[in-house]
Amino acid sequence: MFCEKAIELIRELHRMGDGQLPAFNEDSIRQVLEEMKALYEQNQSDVNEAKTEGKSELIPTIKFRHCCLLRNQRCIAAYLYDRLLRIRALRWEYGSVLPTTIRFHMCAEEMEWFNQYKKSLATYMRSIGGEEGLDITQDMKPPKSLYIEVRCLKDHGEFEIDDGTVILLKKNSQHFLPRWKCEQLIRQGVLEHVIS
Amino acid sequence: MDAQSYMPIPPGIGMEENFFSLDDILLSHERLPCRTESAFPRLGFLEKSSETRDIPEGTKMEMPLWLAKGLYERKRRVVSVELPKVYREGWRTVFGADPAVVDLHKMGPYYYGLGSQMLHFDSPENTEIANTILQTFIGRFRRTMDSSQNAYNEDTSALVERLDCLERTLFKAGQSGLNSFQLWEKGRSSHLTASSLVINYRKRKITDLQA
Repeated sequence: MFCEKAIELIRELHRMGDGQLPAFNEDSIRQVLEEMKALYEQNQSDVNEAKTEGKSELIPTIKFRHCCLLRNQRCIAAYLYDRLLRIRALRWEYGSVLPTTIRFHMCAEEMEWFNQYKKSLATYMRSIGGEEGLDITQDMKPPKSLYIEVRCLKDHGEFEIDDGTVILLKKNSQHFLPRWKCEQLIRQGVLEHVIS
Repeated sequence: MDAQSYMPIPPGIGMEENFFSLDDILLSHERLPCRTESAFPRLGFLEKSSETRDIPEGTKMEMPLWLAKGLYERKRRVVSVELPKVYREGWRTVFGADPAVVDLHKMGPYYYGLGSQMLHFDSPENTEIANTILQTFIGRFRRTMDSSQNAYNEDTSALVERLDCLERTLFKAGQSGLNSFQLWEKGRSSHLTASSLVINYRKRKITDLQA
C-alpha cells in the first residue's frame, strides 16, 4: 500500500511523547516526495488518457492515487508542524542558546525558524512591562522569596551577580543567590534548588 | 507542576479529525475490511491475491481508514466498508451489559476514535453504534476518573492496561492534576526544578554514549 513511509515519520514523532526532538529525517522525507512525484505523474498520464480516449473507468484509480497524494501531504505537513512545536518548546525550556546536540537535530530552515521565533519573543518582551521590558520566561512558578539556596550539580565556571561579585560554580558547592539569576540555570539542570 | 511547553495538536472531537494531529493520523491508519464496488484498473499490484493488472469489482480487501474515507461516496458505489466486529450487534450487546469489564485496549486501541469515524460510512446501524459508544464511555468514565485521582506515587500499569487511547489521555490528565495538587499541598509548588525535557535529553545522551 502507498504512504507507508509517510506514516513512519509520524510514528517516529509519536514515540517521543514528551516533546523531545529527534534528528531531522531528510531521507524519509525525500522518499515520500519521490512517491508523491510518481503518483502525480501516473495520474497526469491517466487523466489525459481518460479525457482523450474517453476511458472513464480510469476515474476510480485516479481518485485512489489522489487520496494517496493527499495522505502523504498531510503526513509531511504534520511532521514538519509538530517539529516546530517541539522547537518552540525548546526556547521556553532551554533558553535562547541550544546545546549543540539538539542543534544537530534541526535542519537549516528549522534553525532559521528558531532564530526568528526568538526575535519575535524578545521584541514582545521588550514591549511590555514599561522601560526595561518584562522577561516572561522567568517566574514560571510563583516566587516565595528573593534569595534562594542552590547547589551546583556540575562545574559551570564563573558567574557574576548584579553587585559585581563573581561566584565560582563548582560541582557540589552551595550558594545563596538571587532567585532571578538562578532560574535559568536551575531549569537547565546546572543548579539544584535546595529547600531545607 | 511541570509547565508544559510542548503542546501538540489534540485529536479531533466526535466525527471530525484534526489535520495536524499525530493521534488522528495514526488513528486513520487503522485497517478496515472493505469491498470494492467498482474496478480499479492498473492497481492490481497492491492487492496481493490478485494476479491481474487491475483490482476487479467485488474484491474483498483491507484498506486503511484514510483511504476508505477518501474513496467513499454516498451516491456512487466506489467502495463499501464493513463494520469491524467490535461495533457490530454481538459486541454491542456485551458493551451494553457491562462496559467496565471490557479490555478496550485489545479491542481498539482507538475504540472511541475509530467508532466515531465509522459513522462516516452511512451504515444503517449508525444510530445504534453511536449510542453504544456513548453509553460505553459513560459507563467507564467514573472508574477511570476515580482511579486517576487516587493512584498517587504508584505503578499504574494495571489500571491503564484495559483503557483505550482516549481514556488513557484522560487518565494522564487526572494524574497530572493529582500530582500538582499534592505538590501544592506539600508547599513544594514554588520549588524550582530542572525542566523535564532537559532531564530526558540528558538521559538519552547517556544511553546513546553507552550504545
